[in-house]
Amino acid sequence: MRWLLVKDLQLLRRSPLVTGLLVIYPIVLAVLIGLAISRGPEKPRVAFLNQIPKGTGLNLGTTGGFSQQEAYRQLCAKIDCITVKSRAEVEQKVKDGEVLGGLILPADFLSKLQAELSTNATEPARVEVIVNQDDPLKAQIVDDRISSLLTQANLLLSAKISDVASNYEKILANGGEFTIPFLGQTVHVLGLQRSEAILNSIAMRLPRSERAQVSQVSDFARLARQNLALADTLLSSVRQPIAVDKQVIAGSIPPLDTFAVAVAAAITLLFVTVLLVSGSLALEREENTYTRLTRGLVSRTGLLIEKATLGTAAALVVTLLMLLAITPFESIAWERIYLIIPAILLAGAASSALGLAIGAAAREVRASALLAFALALPVAFVSLVPSGTVGKGLLDVIHVIAGAFPFRPAVDAFSGALAASGPDLGLPLLHLALLTVAYLVLARLALRRFA
Amino acid sequence: MSEKPTRGRHRQAAPVLEVDGLSKSFGGQVALKDVSLEASQGELLAVLGPNGAGKTTLLSILAGIIRPDAGRISRSEGEVGWVPQQAALYRRLTVEENLRLFARMEESEEIEATVERMIEQAGLADRRRDQVSSLSGGNQQRINIAIGLLGDPAVLLLDEPSSGLDPSQRVRLWEFVAGLAKGGTTVIYSTHQIEEASQYGDRLVVLADGESIFDGTLAQMRRAAGARPKSQPATAEYDFVRFLRRSGY
Repeated sequence: MRWLLVKDLQLLRRSPLVTGLLVIYPIVLAVLIGLAISRGPEKPRVAFLNQIPKGTGLNLGTTGGFSQQEAYRQLCAKIDCITVKSRAEVEQKVKDGEVLGGLILPADFLSKLQAELSTNATEPARVEVIVNQDDPLKAQIVDDRISSLLTQANLLLSAKISDVASNYEKILANGGEFTIPFLGQTVHVLGLQRSEAILNSIAMRLPRSERAQVSQVSDFARLARQNLALADTLLSSVRQPIAVDKQVIAGSIPPLDTFAVAVAAAITLLFVTVLLVSGSLALEREENTYTRLTRGLVSRTGLLIEKATLGTAAALVVTLLMLLAITPFESIAWERIYLIIPAILLAGAASSALGLAIGAAAREVRASALLAFALALPVAFVSLVPSGTVGKGLLDVIHVIAGAFPFRPAVDAFSGALAASGPDLGLPLLHLALLTVAYLVLARLALRRFA
Repeated sequence: MSEKPTRGRHRQAAPVLEVDGLSKSFGGQVALKDVSLEASQGELLAVLGPNGAGKTTLLSILAGIIRPDAGRISRSEGEVGWVPQQAALYRRLTVEENLRLFARMEESEEIEATVERMIEQAGLADRRRDQVSSLSGGNQQRINIAIGLLGDPAVLLLDEPSSGLDPSQRVRLWEFVAGLAKGGTTVIYSTHQIEEASQYGDRLVVLADGESIFDGTLAQMRRAAGARPKSQPATAEYDFVRFLRRSGY
């Protein structure tokens, strides 16, 4: 078996295309994934054109309002603002795909917003959004991002307005100086507390028969002040009417970046291993050497184990190579190498066994390569469909399909190995071990009609 | 009409291989039916028959690749070498890499010495470092046979060894095979060409529809075929066809 392994390595050395694929594919994939992760998908790039005259801001009375600088800072904390100088520039950047979308604040935006707040509005304040919806997925992302951004802006504005309202309520209850919004005129407000005190003082000096009427007004002032205190709580709830209390009932999730690395590693491992092993087994038949080998030189099971060993070794090298290549972009928890290696080895063994079943069934190198691609691509795609995005029946079918192939358990194993917050490693490893045995049995059965 | 096989008239030594009553079916298709034969040391035995006669099945059973449904095979000490019809070689490996790999897997005692001997025997010393894919069909077949000889077998089985070769390659191949037989190796080969069988075989075994219908020399087969019409040429091919027709095939 050892010499067969040496022979397969010699053949790989003589096949620059296959070897190139084995080496270059994971590196290219790792660099692409690394670049994608390091770009920070949580901050979309948006071309930002501000046409509002400099120096203007939003006046909200005594509590101030927004300056343009503050608004810009708040907005660009959520997105990666690419400041541009003209509408044409916005459109060009969106068209070129340099930015996810464009956001234009028209010159009259603030004045219209100010008018809305003073109830003199004739039409609502509008921002312009420019997007390039050249594919449905991108369109969905842009819609989600822009909606989220505007919701956050509206919430921010609501918070500021509720601050102003809270201040009015305090002046009304306790008294003080008050600047009339949008007019700038300052007036002194007596306040309900002091009104009540004055009325009580007057009532004490009045004859008993007249005191009751003044006391009614005084009681009203006290009740009004006490109920205004409740309004403060109500205004606070306007800032964030819905609070989130998230409880995870299933699945330990690794960080998104780690999951992306796990998916990339599993895809690389699956493709390289299945293609290599299925092709290597089918090659024994194409070269007519299978019968010569199994005529006493090596048993059929021995031949399968040799190919599985080749595939697992290739999986280990290629996946480690990929993780090394991705390290400059994403921090890999190399201190968890004692978990990473078993995960790779079992994922490699299961993928190799799948490759053997494919190679034994297809019996020709080209057919096995085609079958490997035809199986691996949709399986990888289907395995990543999250729950809640499809109906329950379909999801059950997807789970069965994903569970019958090594991709999904490999992703889970890598997620668990790469991050402490990932899923438990035991179950995916057991799953991969069972798949290895099952596919080896299938491959052994398929060898009956292989020669 | 079929004649009883006449067996073993030219045997000169004790048989190294004896086959008795071999039968094999694939599904409902009978591939071999009660086939018996013997082969002596150094004998060149041609298994002859039209396509689908059961030649490859017989050799595969003798090689141990297929199990017979019935029958018995007994042989004297020593390995049985097998050379498949299509060259069973790694085309991206060189001549000596192929020989070395199979010598190691055969667990030959002196790997390098065995490889050298086989390269010399195959006459490919000047092509030893060439990839097999760059060699002609004839040279590939010589390596194919050399690998079959690695275990130093007492009996060598060749399945249509000359198919796909041009005349000069065929001549060189048969000179090589004849040299093996002279050295004491029993060679059993299948062919559907009577000229080749009569020229290079000491004895012919004719199979038709899975049955052994003749075992003897070309002269015996000609006698069994009956008198030749004067209008027909005196070639082995005509005599073979006459024999088949007379035997009901």
